[in-house]
Formats: sequence, structure tokens, C-alpha cells
Amino acid sequence: MIYKAIVFLPLIGFLIAGLFGRSIGSKASEYVTSGLMIIVAVLSWIVFFNVAIAHGEAGEVIKVPVMRWIQSGGIDVEWAFRVDTLTAIMFVVVNTVSTLVHIYSIGYMHHDPHRPRFFAYLSLFTFAMLMLITSDNLAQMFFGWEGVGLASYLLIGFWFKKPSASAAAMKAFIVNRVGDFGFILGIAGLFVLFGSINFETIFAAAASYLPAEGATDATQTVVNIFGMSLDKANAITVVCLLLFMGAMGKSAQFLLHTWLPDAMEGPTPVSALIHAATMVTAGVFLVARMSPIFELSPDALLVVTIIGAITAFFAATVGLVQNDIKRVIAYSTCSQLGYMFVALGVGAYGSAIFHLFTHAFFKALLFLCAGSVIHAVDGEQDMRNMGGLRPHIKITFAMMLIGTLAITGVGIPFTPIGFAGFFSKDVIIEAAYASHSPASGFAFTLLVIAAMFTSFYSWRLMFLTFFGKPRASHEVMHHVHESPNVMLIPLYVLAVGAVLAGVIFEGMFYGEEYAEFWKGALFTAQHNELLEEFHHVPALVALSPFIAMVIGFVTAWYFYIKSPETPKRLATSQQVLYKFLLNKWYFDELYDFLFVRSAKALGRFLWKKGDIGVIDNYGPNGVAARVVDVTNRVVKLQSGYLYHYAFAMMIGIAALITWMMLGSSM
Amino acid sequence: MTDWPILSTVTFLPLVGVLLLLFMNGEGANGRRNVLNISLLTTVATFVVSLFIWIGFDNSNPGFQMVEKHGWLSTGISYHLGVDGISMLFVILTTFLMPFCVLASWVSVEKRIKEYMIAFLLLEVVMVGVFVALDIVLFYVFFEATLIPMFVIIGVWGGKDRVYASYKFFLYTLAGSVLTMLAIMAMYWQAGTTDMTELLKYGFPVGMQTWLWLAFFAAFSVKMPMWPVHTWLPDAHVQAPTAGSVILAGVMLKLGGYGFIRFSLSMLPVASDYFAPLVFTLSVLAIIYTSLVALMQEDMKKLIAYSSVAHMGYVTMGIFAANTQGLQGAIFQMLSHGIVSGALFLCVGVVYDRLHTRDIAAYGGLVNNMPKYAVAMMIFTMANVGLPGTSGFVGEFLTIIGVFRVNTWVALFAATGVILSASYALWLYRRMIFGALDKESLKSMLDLSGREKLILYPLVVLTIFFGVYPAPVFDATAASVDLVVNNYSAALQAAKNLALNVH
Repeated sequence: MIYKAIVFLPLIGFLIAGLFGRSIGSKASEYVTSGLMIIVAVLSWIVFFNVAIAHGEAGEVIKVPVMRWIQSGGIDVEWAFRVDTLTAIMFVVVNTVSTLVHIYSIGYMHHDPHRPRFFAYLSLFTFAMLMLITSDNLAQMFFGWEGVGLASYLLIGFWFKKPSASAAAMKAFIVNRVGDFGFILGIAGLFVLFGSINFETIFAAAASYLPAEGATDATQTVVNIFGMSLDKANAITVVCLLLFMGAMGKSAQFLLHTWLPDAMEGPTPVSALIHAATMVTAGVFLVARMSPIFELSPDALLVVTIIGAITAFFAATVGLVQNDIKRVIAYSTCSQLGYMFVALGVGAYGSAIFHLFTHAFFKALLFLCAGSVIHAVDGEQDMRNMGGLRPHIKITFAMMLIGTLAITGVGIPFTPIGFAGFFSKDVIIEAAYASHSPASGFAFTLLVIAAMFTSFYSWRLMFLTFFGKPRASHEVMHHVHESPNVMLIPLYVLAVGAVLAGVIFEGMFYGEEYAEFWKGALFTAQHNELLEEFHHVPALVALSPFIAMVIGFVTAWYFYIKSPETPKRLATSQQVLYKFLLNKWYFDELYDFLFVRSAKALGRFLWKKGDIGVIDNYGPNGVAARVVDVTNRVVKLQSGYLYHYAFAMMIGIAALITWMMLGSSM
Repeated sequence: MTDWPILSTVTFLPLVGVLLLLFMNGEGANGRRNVLNISLLTTVATFVVSLFIWIGFDNSNPGFQMVEKHGWLSTGISYHLGVDGISMLFVILTTFLMPFCVLASWVSVEKRIKEYMIAFLLLEVVMVGVFVALDIVLFYVFFEATLIPMFVIIGVWGGKDRVYASYKFFLYTLAGSVLTMLAIMAMYWQAGTTDMTELLKYGFPVGMQTWLWLAFFAAFSVKMPMWPVHTWLPDAHVQAPTAGSVILAGVMLKLGGYGFIRFSLSMLPVASDYFAPLVFTLSVLAIIYTSLVALMQEDMKKLIAYSSVAHMGYVTMGIFAANTQGLQGAIFQMLSHGIVSGALFLCVGVVYDRLHTRDIAAYGGLVNNMPKYAVAMMIFTMANVGLPGTSGFVGEFLTIIGVFRVNTWVALFAATGVILSASYALWLYRRMIFGALDKESLKSMLDLSGREKLILYPLVVLTIFFGVYPAPVFDATAASVDLVVNNYSAALQAAKNLALNVH
């Protein structure tokens, strides 16, 4: 019952605010949706303590059936909830952040005339996300997957009068669909391999799926996918890569990342909830959930590691030079998601989810603080027009400082003292080093560089926004004001998470209490040495993220406090590189040329030349031209051309019947 | 109740309305209102009665039910009706959509309303007839007869290029009709019966199957329509009045799919297997090609028409995958498309009635003054895109899985439709609904009227209901689909054994 309440209360909130928002008014819509979310958040923490923290058997899973859905041959899918430690963690992440964002939005959206719609969308999103994380089969997961995509689309395009917002919404949906293309094929592939798309059946079969080394059927072809005759191991690899394609779309990984920065067109609370803390981590969740399958394919995991490492590095480089405060944080999100995928790729699933968990707190905090800044300076998002805001909005500054300390991973090495990112990010870097993955060195190097960049752009953001001389107009500076309490209280809560989430939960997610905590929700090999090994990496490796962080900080300090003309000078002297980064490696231009324009040109060509030029011209028009000639004359006599066909048909039927009668009498 | 010839009742009930209309004066405001009321009453009554078919339907029986059989002219042809899990829901779909057509024509059809309604009621008779006919000649008569009322509806009440559109419609179907008739004659010649229940068991010689299959293919592929014989559809849709488009997309396209299942797949399994690669190729082409063409359309109705062709590509692909998922997915996709595309055409009708243009560029920012319309349109757009939770998803999902089992390449290409459909549908939505309300002509447009709500809201409910709980459809179709699939594989096995024995 508690699980149904958690999932369906947001849906009820959505329906109330969505259907009756106009009649009950904005205030009521806000209170109803937020009130329901508070209940849901409390219930989620209860579930978290009951399921994850409490003692239990390994492999223990709670299953709550709800309703039938699709039954067709071997496909037997119902609406049902599957609750284990992984789900419980996601419950806490999603519902805590969502509740705080609901409350924060009461202040942030204060002047917007469409508040009921906004809160309805937020609740719809929460519902879809909960369906995703509680799914017990891939079809329901796909439902949630697409549902959050829809909510994201609606919220990015919330200010529908802005053409850029509509365009960004569309782009987000379509780029995500590219990932879904792979996801849906991956589901089909899993069905062919396992005869089911229910997790229970798949996971049960997965353990003994691969034939033993040297067994007779080890290299036997089981399936033919895209012209390749695949044995079991390779078939699993293909399926995993297809699923991973879905994850890449949702989690904005390299090549499918282009929608995320544009998604910042949406209201800032949306960016905090959807494009930082929850939806974009769905890809990480997917791979973690499917870990028993991914674990069967070292090749697929290698791809996950490489893509994750490239994303972490790539997004960090772009983040270095962006001027829009939200875009910097967006690229930072992209980059942090890359860290999570590296952790997944090297088999450190626990630390991936740990980073997901802590990241949700500090990234939501950073976004909401950015929102508070934007709120203070009257909607301005360009950091070049900020500066010197610290004395005016002290609380926001303090909160954002905590977020920055957390994301850059500040802490005292070799002691359990530090902010959340200090635990979760550093452990990924260590795991990347300690793993036996062929891409271990590659991933480790890129992640350390990315850590340095992270520190640089985070501090750059802080310095540009809060320090130095005010660059905003006198008018704006005059009005700068601290946000109301309804916006500040969510910041306090998130700040507590950003400070403490690491130190409290470290042991559970990947430390001594690992097995007790996860209870088999994540794949763990019989002898998972990795769990042991990354506690024993060389001191220099353990120190590397700390050193990177310090370098990043010092550089940022030098660039933006000590000698503010340096970045300008550097930008002019290294113009090509600067432009390359500022234009996000020219991905948008490339994709526009490769896909958008060519699809449009091809569509026009097929329409004008294919349909009209060839098919119609040689088909009906050629014939029709003759017929029209003839009938025009007939029409002059009597407009009876419509009946010709009827007449012809009657003759046909008469002929048929006559022939039948003759036939039967013979 | 059991002896009551319910199928005949449902089929011919609209004729009662036709008779009444014939004796009425449709002129003047009063006459017009009477005509509309009678038509609405007739179609609603037919729908209600047809629900008894579903209620009385035995889901566990894979064969034909509610059978009626009477000799006719002692020719061997008989008046033979019946439904199974494959045809039953199409009957309901047809009777369900008719009241919406009447409502959609309430104000938009200005001239000769009486004749218009008569044409629609006759169309209902023959469309239901196609799905319940169990005699191949009866089937043929109904199948061909559907063209006449539709032809008249487009030709008389259509837009300004209606003559061209109705000719195109006519020419495409002509070739198919002739060949189908020849095929039916040949089947009779070979099997000595026109009874479809007998023909289903008959098992035609392999060599003959090929020719029969091609003849039927000529008719059904045009109806479907499959690439490259699809170009009549966009023109027919553009010229047809709103209700005509609803029936065209909602029911008439399904005649092709129904024909493929009933004749090609069930009676000619060996040829179906042989030609499956051809169908797959054309289906994939339809999905990719017409989606790209849809992307660039400037006319709303054309865009939706092209998207229909793409969606029918999933149907043909699913049917010839010839496994449970493919076939059930195809049937579900047809039913869902009947609701969703019908609803989309009704949505176009709503704004067309106000502004009298279908040019996408003439619109923009409608959400500002038509929020209810925007919500309804959003839901149907998402269903068109195949979003899970709407009925559009279930069919698409199952057909892709079904075809993946048979041929992964086809599944790969078909899945690109997931991306392309989102592109054209969302772009349309953005151009029409989002943005600022700048155009003067749009500023006075009002949101949905009571009648329009009555049309669109039930469709919204059904779209979501069948997306979340499609079980009633699967329950009704499961037994018959299994029968078709089992017979199909048994026939293929038998043919294979035969070939082995010969060699």
C-alpha cells in the first residue's frame, strides 16, 4: 500500500492541478501538489529505512502487482512495482528533490500566470520517474522512460511563447528518441534471447546464461542480429549496447548530449529536478538495474567506460568557457554523469549509484542557488553581467559555496572528513584506476583532468557571480534582493545533504556494509576484488583528485580574482581553441548539417520528385489525363461520371454471378 | 437473444435511417436539424447494438461466432455472416466512429446534408458488411461497394480539387478490383466453394497461391496503402470533408489490413511466407520514406495522411511477421490508429471550421486562446508518436518485437520511425500550437465548443484507456490470432515436408 501511495499520489496531484487548476486557483494547486509530495517524501524515507537500512536476506525483492498490461504470446507484462535497495535509494533521491523543487517553485514561479500547469507538470514528471524506478519489466520502464521525456518536453517548453524554448523542447524529445530507438530494439533483443522482458525471469536466467568455457555450445550461433551470426556472448553484447544507447540519450552522454544545454530554456527549478538530479540519471539507473546482464559482456562495459570518460572530459572542457550560469551547471551535470558511467563500466555499480545519490543533492542545490541568483538579478543569466553579488545575497552565496565545495570534492585526504563529492567522486576515480578494464588508464586520466576542470569552472562561476565589481546595470543592482524563505528552506535541506550525504552513507554504498545494504540489488560477482582493491590504491592515485581540485581552484582564483585580464588575453591568443570550446565542439552545427538539414532536404526531394515526379506522373496522372479528356466530354452531357464506376462494378458483379450460375449448373 | 441475427441487425440497421431520410425534406433549418438528429440517432443506436456483439462474444472460441447462413439464388453463393476475434473489433470500431462523423459534419457540411448523411449511412452498411461477410462473393461485393459512397463523398462534398482526388482514388483501386475478382473466380474454380470457412481449410496448391496472393496484394496494398501505391491517400484526405477523412483513415485503410490477415495470411500461407521479404521491404520504405515526406508537408491533413501511411507500414510488417506479437500488434495498431488518426483529423477539422485553411503556416500560438484544444491535440500527437501510456505505443511495440524475431534488419529500419514520427509530429505541434499569438486572423478563435468537446473528449479517454489497459483487445483477439499463427506454421511445415518428399 505504501508503495502504491508513493507512486500514485503525485499522479493524483497532477490530475487535480491539471484538470481543476483553473477552477481551484493557483494557490490551491501549489499547496495540493506540494502537500502530496511532502507525504510522498516522508514515505520514501520510511521505505528507505525499511528496505535498504534494515537487515534482510540477499535477493529479497518486494513485488507489488497493480494491473494487467500487455499480454501477447511470450510477452506477459503487468503494471507492477519492484522494490529493492536500488529502488529505495531512487525513491529518496527523486521524492526528496522533487518535494523541495515543488516548494521552491512556489516562490520562484510567483509571478507566472500558469502556475497550476507548472505544478501539474512537475507532479506528472515525478509520477513518470517513479514508474520508471519501480518497474519490474522493461516495458513499464520504457513507459516511465518516455513519460519523463514527455514531462521534460512540456517543462522545457513551458514558456511556449519563446521560440527558443519550443525549439529546445522539441530537440530534447527527438534526441532522446534517438536513444529510445536503441532501447526499444534492445528490449526486442532481450525478448528474443530470454523469452521474456520481466526482470525476474531475465535475472534468473542471466546467471547461468553464458555457456561454460569450452562447452560444446560455447560458440554456437543463437541469434542473427543485423546480419551478424552471434553466439550467446556476442548476442548479449549487442543487446547491452542497444540498451546503452537508450541510456546515452537520457543521460546526455557524448554524441547524444546536445539536448541537455538547450534544455536550460526551461524554468530553473525544472533544470534542478529533471536535468540535474533525477531524469538524466535514468540512464545510470538503467545500466545499474540491468547490471546482471551488462556483467555478462565485458565488451559492452568497455564501451560504457569509454563513453563515460569521454563525456566527463568533453563536457568539462565546454563548461570552462560558457557564460550562461545555467549552461555551466548543465555541462557540469553532463560531465558528472560521465563519472557515473565510468563507475558502471568498471563494475563499481555501488559507487556509481553513490555518486548519483550525492550528486542529486549538490547539483540540485547548485541549480536552485543559480535560480535564486537569477531571481535576484531580474532574470539575467549571463555571468558577464553579474559580479559582486556576495554582499547582497549572503545566504544564497553561502549555500552555493557549499554546493561548490561538494561538487569539487573538498575534503581532507585519508580522513573521513569532507563534503559529499569528496567521497563519491574520488571513489570513482580510484575505482577506475583499480579496475581490470582495458580502458582503466584512459578513464583514470580523463577523470582526473575532468576533476581539475570541474574545480576550475565551478570556482569560475562563483568568482564571476559573487566576487569582483558589479557588472550589472545600476538599475538591476539597486533591486538585488535575497529570495524569500520558501525558496531558501529547500536550499538549507539540500545543503545538509551536500555536506553529510557522503560521510554518512559511504560505508553502505561501497564500504563494509555493502552486501548488507544492497541485498543483491546490484550485480556483485562471487569474488568482487574491485570492492577491496580500490581501498588499496597507491597514495598518489588517492591524492590525485585532491591535487586536481586544488590546481583548478588556484587557476580559477588567479584568472578571475588576481588578474582578471588573463582569461581575455588567453581567449584572444588561443582563439581557435576558445571558439571550439565556446561553440561546444561544433556539435550543434555538425548535427544540423548532417541530420536536420539533410532529413528536410531528403523529405522534400522524396515528396516533390518521388511522390509527385515519379509515382504520380507515371501512375495515376498519366492515366487520369486520358480519362479526364474522355470524361470532360461526358460531363458536358451529364455530370454522371461518378456513377460510371458504380455501373462498371455492377456489370462486374453481374458477370460474376452469371458465371457462377453457369459454373454450378455445369 | 442467441437466435437473434445480431450481425445482420448491426449491418443493416443504418438502412432504417436511410429510409427515414429518404422520405424527409432536408431543406431549411428545421429539415436540416431533423436530418442530423435522425442520422445521429441511427449511428448511436447501431453502435449500442453492436456492443452486444462484443458482450456476447466468446473470447475462448477461435472460430467464427454468431454465424448466419442462408442460401442465395441457389448459386453456391450464400448469405453467410460471422465474426471471430480478428474481425469483431473492427465492426465495433466502425460503428463507434460513425456518430463522431455525424457530429463532425454538424455545421461544416452546408449543402445537401440529406444526401450526405445517406452516403455515410450506406458506407457504414458496406463497411460493417466487409468485416462480417463469410462468403467470398459477399465480401467482394461489400469491399468494392465501400468505394462508391466514399467516392461520392469526396467528389461532391470535397475541396476544390475533389475531382482529381476522386479520380486518383478510383484509378488506384480499379486495377486491384479487377485482379481480386479474377482471384476470387479462380479460388471458386479450384475449391468449388465461395464459403470462406471452407476456403480457410482448403489449402491451395503452392503454385496457385503465388498468383492468388499477388492478385489480392494488388487490391489490399492499395487500400492499406503501401508504398508506392500510397499517393492517392494524401490527396483523398485533403479533399475529403472532415468526416470523410475520419472514415478513410479510421476504417477504410483497415479493410486492407483485414484482407491481408483473412486472405493472404490465412488462405495463402506458403505464398505469404514467400513474399514476406517483399512486404517487409515495402513496409520499411513506407515507414522511412513517408515519414520524411510527412516532415516537409505544408498542409496539416497531408501531413497526417502521410503519417498514416507510415503507421500502416508497422501493420503490414507485423502481419507478415506472422507470429503472435506481430499479428496482435498489427491488429492493435489498426484499432488504435482508427481512433488516433480519426481524432487527429477531427482536430484539423476544428481549426479548419474556424479559419478555412489547412496551411500550417497560417497557424501558430493556438495554445494562447485554445488551451483545451491544445491539450487534446497534445494527447493525440503523443499517441501518434507512440508514447507508452497511449494506445499508439502498444501496437508499435509489439510489431517491432514481432518482426525482430523474424528479421532484425526490418526491425532496425522500422524503429527509425520512432525518431521520425517524433520529428514530424512535434514539429507540426510546435508550428501550430506553440509560440506567441501574432497572427490577427487567429486572435478571435474560440476554444472547443460543447459539440467539439463531445467529439474529442471520449477519444482522449479511449486513447489513454487502451494505452494503459489494452487487455480487452488482447483477450478478444488472442484465440483467433493463435489459430491463424498455428495454421500458418503448420501449413509451412507441411509444404516443407512435401518438398522434402519430392526430392
